[in-house]
Amino acid sequence: MAAYVLRRVGGAVGVLWAAFTVSYLILYLLPSDPVAIMLDQGAGGERVDPARVAELRERYGFDQGPVQQYLTLLGRALTGDLGTSISSGAPVAGLIADALPQTAQLAGLALVLGLAGGTAIAGLASWTRAAWLRDLLLLLPPLGVAVPGFWVGLVLLHLFSFTWFVFPAVGNEGFSALVLPAVTLAVGLSAVVAQVLAQGLREAWRAPYVEVAFAKGAGRGRVLAAHVARNGSLPTVTVLGVLVGNLLGGTVVVETVFSRQGFGRLVENAVTTQDIPVVQGLVVVAAAVFVTTSLLADLAHPLLDPRVTTARGAR
Amino acid sequence: MTFTTRQAAARDVVPVPGAVGAGEGAPGALLTVRGLRVAYGGREVVHGIDLDVRPGEVVALVGESGSGKSTTAHALVGLLPDGGHVTGGEVRLTDTGHERAVSLTALLPDAWRRVRGVRIGLVPQDPGAGLDPVVRVGEQVAEALVVHGTPRRDARRRAVEILGAVGLDHPELRARQYPHQLSGGMRQRVLVGIATACEPRLVIADEPTSALDVTVQRRVLDLLADLTSRTGTAVLLITHDLAVAAHRADRVVVLKDGRVVEEGPARQVLGAPAHPYTRELVAAVPGRATSAAATNSVPSAAVLPDAAAAPALLEARGLVKEFRLGRGRRLRAVDDVSFTVPRGSAYALVGESGSGKSTTARLVLGLERPDAGSVRLDGAPVADDRATRRRTQLVHQDPYSSLDPRFTVSAVVQEPLRAHRVGDRAERRDRVAHLLEQVHLSPDLAGRRPAELSGGQRQRVAIARALALDPELLVLDEPTSALDVSVQARVLELLDRLRAERGLTYLFVSHDLAVVRQVADHVGVLSAGRLVETGPVGRVFDHPAHPYTADLIAAIPGAARRPDRKDHP
Amino acid sequence: MTALRPPVRPAGRLAALARPATLVAALAVAVVLLWALAPGLFTGHDPVTGVPAERLQAPGAAHWFGTDHLGRDLYARTVHGTSLSVRAALLAIAVALVAGSAVGLVAGFTGGPVDEALMRGTDVLLAIPGLLLSLAVVTALGFGTVKVAIAVGVASVATFARVMRTQVLRVRHATYVEAARLAGAGRAAVLLRHVLPNAAGPVLALAAVELGAVILAVSALSFLGYGATPPTPEWGSLVAEGRDYLAVAWWYSTLPGLVVAVFVLAVGVLGRALAREGRTDR
Repeated sequence: MAAYVLRRVGGAVGVLWAAFTVSYLILYLLPSDPVAIMLDQGAGGERVDPARVAELRERYGFDQGPVQQYLTLLGRALTGDLGTSISSGAPVAGLIADALPQTAQLAGLALVLGLAGGTAIAGLASWTRAAWLRDLLLLLPPLGVAVPGFWVGLVLLHLFSFTWFVFPAVGNEGFSALVLPAVTLAVGLSAVVAQVLAQGLREAWRAPYVEVAFAKGAGRGRVLAAHVARNGSLPTVTVLGVLVGNLLGGTVVVETVFSRQGFGRLVENAVTTQDIPVVQGLVVVAAAVFVTTSLLADLAHPLLDPRVTTARGAR
Repeated sequence: MTFTTRQAAARDVVPVPGAVGAGEGAPGALLTVRGLRVAYGGREVVHGIDLDVRPGEVVALVGESGSGKSTTAHALVGLLPDGGHVTGGEVRLTDTGHERAVSLTALLPDAWRRVRGVRIGLVPQDPGAGLDPVVRVGEQVAEALVVHGTPRRDARRRAVEILGAVGLDHPELRARQYPHQLSGGMRQRVLVGIATACEPRLVIADEPTSALDVTVQRRVLDLLADLTSRTGTAVLLITHDLAVAAHRADRVVVLKDGRVVEEGPARQVLGAPAHPYTRELVAAVPGRATSAAATNSVPSAAVLPDAAAAPALLEARGLVKEFRLGRGRRLRAVDDVSFTVPRGSAYALVGESGSGKSTTARLVLGLERPDAGSVRLDGAPVADDRATRRRTQLVHQDPYSSLDPRFTVSAVVQEPLRAHRVGDRAERRDRVAHLLEQVHLSPDLAGRRPAELSGGQRQRVAIARALALDPELLVLDEPTSALDVSVQARVLELLDRLRAERGLTYLFVSHDLAVVRQVADHVGVLSAGRLVETGPVGRVFDHPAHPYTADLIAAIPGAARRPDRKDHP
Repeated sequence: MTALRPPVRPAGRLAALARPATLVAALAVAVVLLWALAPGLFTGHDPVTGVPAERLQAPGAAHWFGTDHLGRDLYARTVHGTSLSVRAALLAIAVALVAGSAVGLVAGFTGGPVDEALMRGTDVLLAIPGLLLSLAVVTALGFGTVKVAIAVGVASVATFARVMRTQVLRVRHATYVEAARLAGAGRAAVLLRHVLPNAAGPVLALAAVELGAVILAVSALSFLGYGATPPTPEWGSLVAEGRDYLAVAWWYSTLPGLVVAVFVLAVGVLGRALAREGRTDR
C-alpha cells in the first residue's frame, strides 16, 4: 500500500512538471517573438521604448537561449514565483490566489449538483423496471452533453433573471448569485456522470456474480446495494479527475456569461490580452487541480476495489 | 427403472407409471418440469421440455451449444437474462414434508427469494466472474445465509465453517481474502459452498467445471458429489461433456435444439443410445474410440510408423525458455525438454494450463527463441524465417480469432501463397479451390467472410491455410477445444485422413487426454515446464510411469480404466 | 461451452425509436451541411448589412429567427455562419485525427521506450483541461477561426493517440496477425493489410463521436471572442452578440444557440450509430 501511494504521488509530481514544460513549449517557443506579443498588448498599441524591451527580455530570460530560460522559469516556479502579469504588473501567483476562492465555491457547488444529478439519473434508470422510464431517463445525458454551456447560461439568465427575477444576473455576492452559474456548469457534468455511471451499472447488473447473488435468494435492493452500486461506480471514480478539470475549464465560459470574478474570468482576460505569464500560471494551476483530484481518486480506488493494490504478488 | 425415449412436447407421454394427473409431477419427484417453453424476444429456443428430478438423484442435462440446456437451467431458477421469458409449461417443486409445494412458473419476485438459496442452489458456469471482485469471500458466503435471516455474526462464523468444508486451507484467512487472491478451483469451491450453504434439496450446476483444468475439475465434481450425497441433495448437472455425465449422473436427459430427444438411466442412454442424435454424440466423444477403434479404424492408425525405424523429422534437444516476471523473478516456462517426432507420426504434448506446452510449440515453430537447447527440422535448425515457414505451419486453437474478420475465405487461404509468391493469380485461385475441397468445404464459401461461417468451417479454413504451402510439420494447438463434440469429431477425422494422404507429421498440443488418445501415436506429458514422461500413447495411458501422468489420466471424466479412488484434498 | 446470450436484444418502447431517431439526425446533419455549402439557397436576406428600421424584431414570417440590433436577419446570419463553424470543426477533427493517429500508430507498433515516452506525453496533454489547453495555444498563435480550429484540434490529439494505440495493440497481438506472420507475410504487409484496416474502424468512429465535442469547443472559443472578427457571422459569436440584448430580445442568443445544440445532438446520435455499426461489424 505504501509503495502504491508513493508511486501515485511520484506520478502526480511528474505530470505537474510535464504540464509546466508543455505550457512553456506552447507559450514561449511557439510564437515568433513572445516579447513583441507581450508589449503589443501591454502597451495598448503605441510604440514602446527599447529599454522596456530589453528589460522584458532579461526578466523572461529571452537573452539566455531556450534551455537556460526554461530552467530559470522552472526554478522560479518551484519557489512559488509564477512571474508577473504583463498587463497589470501584479504577481501571477497573487492574482490566481485571489481568484481561486470564488471559483472554488462555484465549482464545488457545481460538482455537488452534477454528481447528485448524474447519480440520480443513472441510479433511477438502473433501478426502475419500467422500460419507458429507463429509456426516457437515458435520453437526458446525450441532450446534456450536446447543449453548449454558454447557451444554457444565457437561457437560464433570460428565464430566471430577466423574466421571473428569481436570481441576480451578475456578480459575486451571496449564495443566490452562485445558483445559476453552478447549475449551468452542472448540466454538462451531470450528463457525463450519468453516462459513465449508467454504463457501469448496466455492466454490473449483467455480471455473473449478480446472478449468484440472486440465486442466494437476495432481493433487488440488496443486490444493488451490496454488489451493483460498488462495482458499477468504479469507472466514475476513475474519471473524476478529468471531470473536475473540465469543470475548471467550463468556468471560463460560465464566469464570462455571468460576469463573475474568478479563475475563469482571469483566464479570459489573460488570453484576450495575450498575457503569457498569467496564462502559463493558470494552465499549471489547472493541471495541479486535475492532478490532485486524480490522486485523491486513485488513493480512494483501492478502498473500493481491492484488486488495485493487491493484484500483484498474491495468489 | 424403465428406459424411455420421449419425443419433445409430447406432454401426454408420462414415463413413470401411476402419474397422478395432469400438472402433477411423478410421485416422489422433487422437481417436475412439464412442457417448459422459453423464448428470447419472439424467438422460442426451448420448445416444451419435460424433466423430473427425484430427491437425492443426479440428473445430467446434456447437449451441444445452442441446445437450450443453459437456458433451461436459468429458467428453472427464474434468472433468465434480459429478454428471456418462460412462455409456457409448468415447473413445480413438490411438497417435501416441511416445505410446501410451489409452482415456480407463477412466482412473484418476493416468493422467489424464499425459494432461491433455500430450496434450490445454483453453481454457475464461470468461477472467474461468479464472485464479486470487491467483496471478501467470507462475506459472500455469509450473504447466502444473511438473506434468509441468519444474524450476521452467526453467518460469518458459519461461512468460515463452510469454507473449511469445501476444502479451502486456512478458512479463517481465506474468508478475509478477495476472489482474485484465490485460484479458479478454489473460487469454484466457494461457489459450491454458497450454493449448498442453506442445504437446499436441489442444486443446479451449470457447466460447473468447463472452465477448469481436468485435475481441478475432477476434485470440484467430487466435492459437489460429496456435499450433496451427504445431505441427500438432488443435483441437476448441465454439461456439454458426455464423459462427465456418464461418470457423475444417475440419469441423463439429452437435449437437441430445445427438445428432449432421449432420457433414461445414464448407463443405458450413453451405453446403448436409442436416438440417432445421441448415438452420434456418443460416437463423437473422443477416447471412446479405444473400444470403437477397431470398427471405426482410420488408415493412419493401421499403418502406425515404427518409432525406431522412421527417421526423425523434428528433434528438440534440451529446450529451456524463461520469462521475466519483473523484479528479478523469472518463470521457467520450459525446462530442459527433449523429444523427437518421426516423420509421418503424430506426437502429442499434453499438460494443464501453465505446463509450458504452448510455449514449447512456439519454440518448435521458431516464433520464440529458446534460452538454451535447439530445435532441428530434418537436421536443420529452425528460425523465424521464410524457409522454416514453408516447412512448418500452425493451426491455432481458436478459429474465431485466427482469421482476419475483413478477409474472405479465399484471401485467407491465399495469403501464404501471396507472401511466398507462389503462382500467378489464376493458379492461386485453383489452388484455393483444391485446398477447400481437401478440407471438405464447398467452393461456394470462398467469397464468404469468417463471421458468416460456423466454428467447424472456420477451423477447416485455418487448416486449408496451413496446408497451402505443403508443409511437412503441422503444429496443432488445441485445434478442437473451441468446438462442439460432434464438430470436433469430424475435424479430428479430417486431420487423421490428411495425415495419411499427405504424409504429414503432427505435433499436437492439448489438455484433452481423450482427444490425444484418439489422434496421437506418441505422447509427452508436461508438468510445470518439465517433460515428466514420454512414450507410445498405449503404453503411457495404460501403464503411466509418473504419478502426475497417472493423476491426469485418472481425471479424464469417465475414463475406461479409471482407478476407483477418491482423494479429497 | 454454452454462454448464455440472448439472441435478441430487449427492446424498450422508446428504444424502438432508435432507427427513426438516427434518420432524423441524419436529416438534420444533411440540412446543416447544405447550409454550409450553399447558404444562398436557404435565405434571401443579407447576413452582413441590415435594415436599421427592422432592428430587434421578434421571430415571425418575415424573419424566422428575428433580427438583431442592426436589423440583420438572424436566420440568414446563422445559415451564413454555418460554413465557417463547420469548416473550423472539420479542420480541428482533421488535426486531431492525423496527429493523434500518427502518434498512436508509432507508439503501438514500435513499443518499448518510444511507446512509453509518447504515452507519458499524452498523459500530460490529458492533465490540462481541454479548453485551457486550446486557450493556451490561442494565446500563442493569436486569434482567428483557423487558429481556433488548430487549437481545438491540439486539445483532442491525446484522445485519438490513445484510441489508435489501443487498437493497434489489440490488432497486433490478435491471433490472425500471428497467423499472417506464420504464413510468411512481411512487417509492411501485416501493417497495411491487417493492422491498419482493423484498427481504423474504432478511430474513425471516435472522430464521428468527437465531432460534436469539437463543434462545442470551437463555438465556445468563438463565443469568448477569439474567432472570426465582428461583421462575419459565426455560431459562437452570434450567441455572444446577443448577450447584451438578453433582456429585450430573447431570440437573439437563444435561436442560434439552439441550432448549435440540435446540430451537436444530431452529430452525436449519428456518431454513436456509426460506432455501433462498426462494433457489430466484427
